[in-house]
Parts: sequence; C-alpha cells; structure tokens
Amino acid sequence: MSEPTPQKPEDQKPEAAALTESAENSETNQDTARWTNAFREIASGNALLSLLAIVLAILIGGVLIALTDSDVQDAAGYFFARPGDLFAAIGSAVGGAYLALFQGSVYDFRRDDFLSAIKPLTQTLVFATPLIAAGLGVAIAFRVGLFNIGGRGQIIVGAAFAGYASFAWDLPIVLHVIVAVTMGIIGGALWGAIAGLLKARTGAHEVIVTIMLNYVAYYLISFLLRTDLLKNPGSNNPKTPPAADNAILPPLFGDGFKLHWGFILVIGATVLAWWLIERSSLGFKFRAVGLNPHAARVAGIKVERLYIYVMLIAGGYAGLAASTEVLGTTTSGFTSGVDAGIGFDAITVALLGRSTPWGTFAAGILFGAFKAGGFTMQASQSIPIDIVLVVQSLIVLFIAAPPLVRAVFRLPQPGARAKKVVG
Amino acid sequence: MTFTKISEGMSRSGSTIDRRSWKMPIAFAIVSLISGVLFIGFAEDAPTGFNLSTGTDLFQLPVIQLPALATGVVVTILMALIAVGSAFMISQDRKVPVWVPALGAVFALTGFLTWAAADETLRVPELFAGALVLAVPLIFGALGGVISERVGVVNIAIEAQLLAGAFVSAVVGTITASPMMGLLSAAVAGMLVSFLLSVFAIKYLVNQIIVGVVINVLVSGLTGFLYSQWLVESPEQLNNPEGFSAISIPFLSGIPLIGPVLFQQTLIVYLLYIIVAVVAFAMYRTRWGLRLRAVGEHPKAADTVGINVTRTRFWNVALAGAIAGLGGAFITLSQTGQFGKDVTAGAGFIALAAVIFGRWDPIKATLAALLFGFASNLQNALSVVGSPVPSEFMLMLPYVVTIIAVAGLVGKSRPPAASGTPYIKG
Repeated sequence: MSEPTPQKPEDQKPEAAALTESAENSETNQDTARWTNAFREIASGNALLSLLAIVLAILIGGVLIALTDSDVQDAAGYFFARPGDLFAAIGSAVGGAYLALFQGSVYDFRRDDFLSAIKPLTQTLVFATPLIAAGLGVAIAFRVGLFNIGGRGQIIVGAAFAGYASFAWDLPIVLHVIVAVTMGIIGGALWGAIAGLLKARTGAHEVIVTIMLNYVAYYLISFLLRTDLLKNPGSNNPKTPPAADNAILPPLFGDGFKLHWGFILVIGATVLAWWLIERSSLGFKFRAVGLNPHAARVAGIKVERLYIYVMLIAGGYAGLAASTEVLGTTTSGFTSGVDAGIGFDAITVALLGRSTPWGTFAAGILFGAFKAGGFTMQASQSIPIDIVLVVQSLIVLFIAAPPLVRAVFRLPQPGARAKKVVG
Repeated sequence: MTFTKISEGMSRSGSTIDRRSWKMPIAFAIVSLISGVLFIGFAEDAPTGFNLSTGTDLFQLPVIQLPALATGVVVTILMALIAVGSAFMISQDRKVPVWVPALGAVFALTGFLTWAAADETLRVPELFAGALVLAVPLIFGALGGVISERVGVVNIAIEAQLLAGAFVSAVVGTITASPMMGLLSAAVAGMLVSFLLSVFAIKYLVNQIIVGVVINVLVSGLTGFLYSQWLVESPEQLNNPEGFSAISIPFLSGIPLIGPVLFQQTLIVYLLYIIVAVVAFAMYRTRWGLRLRAVGEHPKAADTVGINVTRTRFWNVALAGAIAGLGGAFITLSQTGQFGKDVTAGAGFIALAAVIFGRWDPIKATLAALLFGFASNLQNALSVVGSPVPSEFMLMLPYVVTIIAVAGLVGKSRPPAASGTPYIKG
C-alpha cells in the first residue's frame, strides 16, 4: 500500500505560474491579466477549494434532508396542483435544519442576553477540544507517511490511564490534574508506540495493526471495567468511579459554561505541534521521511526509529484527547464507549486540515460545531445526527479530489501537469 | 506460472543464507508449556462430554467423555512431541509437512475445550454450525477484499459494502416480500459502494486507504440517517424482510457432524460454497484470474500486453463489492432478521484481517474467516457452560492473531505488489 502523503504538490504551483505569466504580459493589459491571475490563484488555491467542498457537502446534505422529510413528501404528492408548497416545504425542512445547526453551534439569537446566546459557541469548543487533539495525532503521523487509524484504541487506553490516576490516587490540588493529564498522554503514547514498534521491527502495516489494536483496546477496557481496577466498587455497572475533584480540569468561564481548561491545553498542543513539525530538527526528519523514506534513509536518517517516535507522539496526542474528555467534559466516570467516535472523526479532521497543525485546529472547530449543532438539530428538528457524518465524510472526499470540485463548479483545472493527486 | 511464484523462486535461488525457520517448534514449545500450566495445573477432575450427533442424523454417534486432567496430560505431551519432532526435522533441513501444525492445532483445541468445559457437555455440531453462521459474512467480505486487493485496489471499504448490502436487502426484501430480491439488491448496493471507491481511487487517484476509511464513515452515516428517518418510522413496511429458510440437502445432511454443520443451511450459504469454489478456481486457472493478478502485481507489464488496467480494476472492484454486499444481506436476512444502526459491528474489519491473515488467497482467507467465526462462537458457547476465560479475551483473539500474523511471526504475508498504487498510463 502506498504511503499517504497529504500534501498536494499540484496545488502549490499556481502562484509561481501566475507570477511568470504576469511578467510576460505587456503593460496595456496588465490590469486585466493581474485580475485574471488573481482569480486563477484563488480559484485553484487550497482555501477556496476547501470552502467549495464544504458548500457542496452541505448542499448534498440539504438534498438528503429534503428527500427524507415527510412534509416535503406530502407536498410532492400534489406538486402539479400547488408547486409552491413543495418549495416551501423544502425550504422549511432544509432551512430549519441548518438554522438549528447554527443555533446549536454558534449563536442562539432566540436568547435574551448575550451570555446565554453565545453559549452554543462554547459548546462547539467543548466538542472541538478532543477532536483537535486526536486530529493532531493523526496529522503528525501523516507527515511521516503513516496512517494512524488507531485513535480509538489510543483514546481508550489513554482514558483508562487518566481515569485511573484521577480516582485511584490522592494528590494535592493542581498536581493531581497535571499528573492525571500526563498519565492519559502516556497511556495513549504507549498504545500508539506498539504500532510504531511493529512497523519499525517487522514492517507490519500500521493501518492493519492500528485497526486491530482499536478492538484489542476496546475488549481490554471492557474486561478491566468488570474488575476492581477500573470499576466503581459501589456499582454493578461497567463504569469507572467519578474523577476526584483535584483531578478535574477547571472550567474556563465559571460553572455556567462547560468549556474547560482542556481547550487551553489543546491550543498549547497545537502550538507545540506546529513548532515540532515546522521548526524542530525532529520535525524536519519527520517531513523528510514522509516525502521520501528512501531518500531520507540515504541521507542518514534512521527511518525505523522515527516510526516509533512519531507513533509515540501521535498516540500521546490521542491520549491528551482522552484526558480532556474524562477529566474535563464528562468527569462522572466513563464506560467502554469513552471514545464516542472521536478516534475516527480525528481522521477526517486531520484530512480536512491537510495535516497542518493550524488547519487541523480549524477543522476540529468546524467538526466540533457540526457535532454541537447536530445534537440541537436532532432535538429540535428531529433530524438524525447521522446526517453530520454524511456531510463530514463528503467534505473530506471532495477535498481529497480537487479535480472533482473544480469540475462541479466549472473552475479552471490547473495547467496540463500530470494529474497525480495523493491524499 | 504466476508473478508471485517467479519472484519467490528468484529470491530462493538468489540467496544462500540460512532460511531455516524455528518459529514452529518455538511456538509449539510455548503452547505446550501454557497447556501444561493451564490444562494440568488448573484442571478440574471432572469429565467433559462431547456430543457429536444431533437428532436428525442417519446414525447416532456416542457421547464421548474425556476426563479433564488426563486429557490435559496427553495433549500437553503430544504437543511437546510435535515441538521436539519439528525442531528435529528443521535441524535436518527437512520441510515440516503441513499436517503436523494442523494436528497440533486440533490437539490444542481439544485440550482447551476439555479444560474450559469440564463437568459439562459440549454440543459439537452446534458449536461448528454457529461458527459457520458467524463466519459467512466474514467470508463474503474477505472474498471481496481478496479480489479487490489482488487487482490492485486496497479495499478498506468492506465494512461499508457489508453495511450497504445489509441496509438495502432489508428495505428491498421487505418491499418486494422476496428474500431473493433482497439478496440481489444487496449485491447491487455493494457494487455501488465499489463504484464510489473506484471513481475516487482510480479516476481521481485519491489515496485508496483514505477513500476507504471515508466511505466507511459515509455509508455508516447514510444508512444510520435513512434508518432513523424511514425505517424507525414504519418498521413493518420497510424493515421486516422475510428471511431464507434452511434447506436440508437429502442424505448429505444426515451425515453426523458434517451434515448439520454444512448441509442444513440457507440458500445464501450454499451460494457461498459455490462462490468460494469458483473464485478459488478462477483466480489461478482462468484468463480472468491471470489478468486480475497481472494487473495487481505489475500493471505496466499487463498494460504492455494489451490489458486495459483501468477497466480491469474497475469491474473487478465492482465484482468484489457485489460479493461483499451478499455478506451484508446474510446479516439482515439470516442473522438479525432486520436492519439496525451499524448492524455489521466491525465485521468488515475482521474480514479485512482475514484477507491479510489468509495472505490474499481465496481459500486461505476463507479458512481465516472460519477461524475468526469459530473464535467468536467459542466465546458464545463457553459463556453458556461457564468458562474460566473472560469472554473479552476470546473476543479479542481474532485481532491479536491478526496482529501476530501481520507482524510476520506466523509467516510472511506479502500483499500484491501494486496494491494501493494508482496506475497512470504513460
């Protein structure tokens, strides 16, 4: 299987092409040329394509909502009698859905005061926190050419470590939460390192190993939740005891809001990831291996060792996601479903963010908004939250295939270069 | 002569280093050590019954009673003998025949069952029949995976193909009130998922693993959405498919042990036997199979001799999706009786594991899927009689086995050379 390289060489060239082209133009039509070039630059750039991919996915989501809405179906039954009714029904179904999505994720203007109106935005950030952390884990592994599908397992093991430290140990304030978060990171890192170690030592493909480790982690924690190690002694349910007060990440804006210090940790983690990839010498080696492992080996980089390092780091980021979940968002104890789909969502987050730290950060917030809004949409418009999965996966599919989006919106295809698109 | 065989032959003749592998004796030494501790040290002194017959058999076999402790001793000694014997054969540079580890596996299994079910009676035919039922969707999925990967397209989307097949067969099977239509529509649904995979992987050259993962999410979301929107609203009209009923094949179904397991099944299972046989034969013996493998191993060479690489890949991935879709139909029409959200529960990923564990070979992948099905069913059977092993560890077994297989401790598994690489003509 090929190594996934999330960078698209094709999309970075237009700038240079545009510059040479504008230099060749005569002065008279320079203005038009500049405008055309500027348009071409935007039209073939990453940002616009990402935006268009999102728009396209939301449109298709709207079509799905309209098709399955019962009012729309009723109105379609007498379409020729009163065609206006159909369009009104479509408008109210799709509009209502996306309005609920917005109200649930950004700003609820039905509220009286600003503080409660802006609450959905903080809720978005709560959902975004673990998505960003786990997404960074996937993104960093991507840069080395590894596809880390093991976010789920790493989160589960990280949660087990962080959770155990949070209720079994008795430590002073401040220190306890630091230790618990660190334990989560260590747990995730160890679980991630298994895949890295096997890849380095035996060449086992990390995709298969991480998928399998997800299940192993799931059954492992299911077993541990039946033993006294993780189970709340006072109950028969396979659920951990609540975290000790000292181990809880404190809320950022008081008790009225669920947003907690985990979000600040994740901002720090994003800065660290940026520094690691873009500025550190380890990151330089990471990128070198990701672009061409053979060349990197020839240049004296110990590729195998880097596989282990990067999976340690990637697992650590997933572990951080687990820590923010069990120490910040749901502190009342967790079950074997602690991952709640974050591990797989992290892949789409990293792909949407094109494996750059700040891109992943933005993508995490977008998907956090989808999640927060999705629950509101389900509650108020009774539209199943699964539509969010559809829209998310469509976004990633479209972003992975720029020629398709260009074709849909009739944008110019960049040049006659070889159309090799990876990732 | 296949490409695989040529390359293997070349590497064999080209190297003179010591290629003797001590993995088997080491593995058996460890297993007999474990069995010595478990089956002898922790044995209950009570007999275990093995009921080999069911009421419909032509003639009845007696219930075999094995004393737990004595069986543990015998099995441990036999496996230690295998370890010593295979070590001796390897030191003499002789190849250990395949039946030796197979026999060892049977001993280990007998020892384990006798130990785990001490003082109880195991119904052996039901144990195997249940294993087959659990394995059927895995086998369909694994065959789809083998065909797709052999032609050079990594198929992580098996889960999506199963899920799409399961959903569509439930809906169409209910609306048309015909399980046959449900089965056919499931194949079409799996094929549609394959088309999606092909369009992005072959036309737009998107990384195949990424497409596969994203398609899994897409189909899970789509079927979950439609399930909540439509099927939950009117389950009687949309999610109440009529299943296939079991057909007993005359005479064959009366053979003790084999009959109830293999020949009292539904139509889909008989279809599976045919598909496995046809794919296994055609992959190595027909022009279709040769072309398929050529495209997967060396697309450029295949292109040079006039095979249309893109078209071969497209239609074979479609075929793979159709076969996987049938597995989805089996889940709703025979196992659960109706569609539920994410009803496949990761079966596609176990099928993927079977593909790799079976080294991209139809028969071996089928056997791997059977093994995984047996491991899951063993957990069910043992939880009924009360087993000393926590059920979670039994459920974990297929995944651990796969990791060991992929890590090459059991044997080297090499994917088709061009699997995952898009082919750009020119």
